[in-house]
Amino acid sequence: MSSMNSTPSTPATPYTLADYKGLKPRWCSGCGDHAVLSSVLKVCQTEQLPPEQTVVVSGIGCSSRFPHYMSTYGFHGLHGRAFPIACGVRSRRPDLHIFVATGDGDCLSIGASHWLHAIRYNMKMTVILFDNNIYGLTKKQTSPTSAKGLASNTHPEGNLIDPLDPLAVTLGITNVSFVAQTVDWLPGHLTDTLLAAHRHPGFSFVRVLQRCPHFTADVFEGCRRDPTLLTLLVHPQGIPADERTLEKLSNQVTHNPANLAEARALTQDTTHYPVGLLYHNPNADRYDLSSAQGANLSTHERIDVVQKEIDRFLI
Amino acid sequence: MVELKEHIVEIVSDSGEGAQTVGQVFGTLCAKMGNGIWTVEIIPAEIEPPARSRAGASGNRIRLANRPVENMGDEAQVVVAFNEQVLYSRIDVGAYTSGTRIYLESKWQNHSQESVRLEYTQAVADFKNRGYTVFEIPMEEECLKIFSDVKKGKNIWVLGMLCALYNRDLDIAHHELKKRFEKKGPEVLSKNLELFEAGYHWAHNHLPETFSVPKDPAPGPKIVTNGNQALALGSMAAGFELCAMYPITPATSATHYLANAFSRVGGFIHQAEDEIAAMGFALGASYAGKTALTFTSGPGLALKTEFMGLAVMAEIPVVIVDVQRGGPSTGLPTRVEQSDLLAALYASPGDAPKVIMAPSNIEECYHMMITARQIAEQLRGPVMVLSDANLSTGQQAYTRPQVDASSFAPPIPQTPWPEGKPAFDWDPNTGCSERPIPGQKGGAYRLTGLAHDQNSKIAYTSAINQHSTEMRSRKLASFRKNLPAPTLFGPAQGDVLVIGWGSTRGAIEEAVTSLQSEGYSLSSLHLRYLSPFEPGIEQIIASFQRVMTIEINYSDPASFQEEFGMRRYSQLCMLLRSLTLRDIETWSRVPGIPLTPKMVRQGILQTFPVRGQA
Repeated sequence: MSSMNSTPSTPATPYTLADYKGLKPRWCSGCGDHAVLSSVLKVCQTEQLPPEQTVVVSGIGCSSRFPHYMSTYGFHGLHGRAFPIACGVRSRRPDLHIFVATGDGDCLSIGASHWLHAIRYNMKMTVILFDNNIYGLTKKQTSPTSAKGLASNTHPEGNLIDPLDPLAVTLGITNVSFVAQTVDWLPGHLTDTLLAAHRHPGFSFVRVLQRCPHFTADVFEGCRRDPTLLTLLVHPQGIPADERTLEKLSNQVTHNPANLAEARALTQDTTHYPVGLLYHNPNADRYDLSSAQGANLSTHERIDVVQKEIDRFLI
Repeated sequence: MVELKEHIVEIVSDSGEGAQTVGQVFGTLCAKMGNGIWTVEIIPAEIEPPARSRAGASGNRIRLANRPVENMGDEAQVVVAFNEQVLYSRIDVGAYTSGTRIYLESKWQNHSQESVRLEYTQAVADFKNRGYTVFEIPMEEECLKIFSDVKKGKNIWVLGMLCALYNRDLDIAHHELKKRFEKKGPEVLSKNLELFEAGYHWAHNHLPETFSVPKDPAPGPKIVTNGNQALALGSMAAGFELCAMYPITPATSATHYLANAFSRVGGFIHQAEDEIAAMGFALGASYAGKTALTFTSGPGLALKTEFMGLAVMAEIPVVIVDVQRGGPSTGLPTRVEQSDLLAALYASPGDAPKVIMAPSNIEECYHMMITARQIAEQLRGPVMVLSDANLSTGQQAYTRPQVDASSFAPPIPQTPWPEGKPAFDWDPNTGCSERPIPGQKGGAYRLTGLAHDQNSKIAYTSAINQHSTEMRSRKLASFRKNLPAPTLFGPAQGDVLVIGWGSTRGAIEEAVTSLQSEGYSLSSLHLRYLSPFEPGIEQIIASFQRVMTIEINYSDPASFQEEFGMRRYSQLCMLLRSLTLRDIETWSRVPGIPLTPKMVRQGILQTFPVRGQA
């Protein structure tokens, strides 16, 4: 138990990427999930996270296979339910490093209510929304982020309504503390974003725009061909962009991530995707600081209290 | 003063007049004087029914005796009523009999509305015709001499009256009143003490015939709790440290109590955003090595079933308490039923074996939480505890439980996991395995709800799926092997065997005792384990000519067989029929109230009208 609250020291031999790699990923070639996995492995290595202190929680979907491709502890849960599980893991274990992998159907549709409340609880975990605008595992059904008009197996004539904007919703929730967006085709920015997310003392929400090579292969093709459709958010308090990103994304806007109103305004521009840190508040209330209290009480102390409680009912 | 072995007292009023408070305090008082007690809340159908409504009785029934009691009994001997109309809802359920003494608020005879005056005089005449003895008591008039706001005081005056009627110890009464009113300030306390004295002295001067019920001679310190408090105390004594819940009647009050006490034992209550999340949160905490439980009731159980399947599939220890209410759907939220047994067993799709237990009284609510936690860990999976609305709000006096480290969950291991040991190192005989906990070096595994092999690796192959499914089932079978056989109530063989489960035990055993004394050859068997069944049940059943269950869930009348060529049996009956291949009968009802000994007796005689040979 003594190790519970201590900061793990760097081992004599530093952890390498291989120490975090699990099974060989079985995602399709060209899937954005591969890029995210590489970045998460790099974050683990950069931060020298002990694999036994690291837990990857996921729901169900292509991207939710993520825990199997890591060699850390993992919890491949139920469709839509990654958040309650991850919050439960966190509740009494402040010592663990928690990553959550969730797709657009998993997080924004079947798991939507958990998503909203998890943002509000603001328990420390790094959340990655793998958003490819489609259900992949079940073969091309409309997702909450599918564009209006997108033809799928459930809407062959095209999606009837405009998509839900995960960033706008997240930024609208009380106690939101970290919201960022990045893309799978800029690996440097992706890794930097996840690193910043991991270091955030709270619930960090990172939406990764990515394609599904089979069902939405060209969904972000426009942005890739015309990078000015992406607005790179720059600021000393933001996510430092690497040279390649700065070079590629010439459309840059200075945005102070402490400014929630401005962050919300950024999501109102439906023609551009903001890339970078939209909002950051390291001081938001954290539910896990309360939920972990008392976890170190000794059995002896606990028995004492139980005795007293029972005695309150004595006749 | 008439000395009695036992008495049943009811206090009924319109909702919000404080009859439930009087009942609780009076029950506690009796217990403190050493009586065995069992109390049952009388709950109106609506939150705020109209005043003087025949459907609106709110209050409490207290059965006090010179021995331990485990059910609410049959008809009450004494009733205190704040108006005459609320008595009718009780008369409808057979709560009173010829000779029942009714102590009735008399102010209605002088009410400004003629219709009310008429209702009152007609009812009093009707009560007398039914053979009740009516005492008309000027409760409000007397209270007004002390307090202008009678709404806030009449119940305490009544408490005083009851204490005189039953010769209760005044020191204990004062102590209880102090406990209840002290925090509201000295003025409120002294007013209430004054009201209490007034009621006491009025009764002393006007009600010459009083009663006494001697104490239960059994030694040892005792406590009085309701079933939900017992579940909560048991949870703390079991060493649970995380309770995730979502508000639902009638389970919530267990978590209200925990919310006050749990943090002092270092525990945490999470009120989740919904029933599903509560279950997921508990499983997350358990996966991380922390002992976790959740409280729910029928509709919540329905929502938790997917996660329950995951707990079975991925072998995550967790305790799920279902305080059963009437169903299906929203059903009867405040009322008792035992209709969740099959849902508990089968609601998770796929083969999802789990342990299901049911406490038979309030005392067992406490002890079962400790056993449930131990089993969940031993079998690395979910354990369900089926309590019900009868136990949740009823009160019982029972031996103060002993607490020591053996009931507590041990601290989670953080030592390295043995090299090469699989995450599911299934013992080929028992199916059991030890689990790695995050933090344990070398133990990292990826838990999954997908079919998996012993290394928790996703596996769709036929042989692995067959094997792992068998391993999960083996846990139940091997666990059963080590359980003791259940104890029979009555002779080991004979004509009739009555089988029950859950909160009906007290009523069943009382009915069986009365029939035995009349020369019937019958015994009863009460099951605490519903999955797996305890060993030896088949042999016990085989020792009786005729077997039936008594349950508070639905079964078709026997006439359905002739009328439709089919008949649906009650839930335990169905399971026992499949276990024994015997033509087991049932008498089951869904009245929304606890079964009384008389109801059980009639049920037995109705099911087997011809007396057989031993």
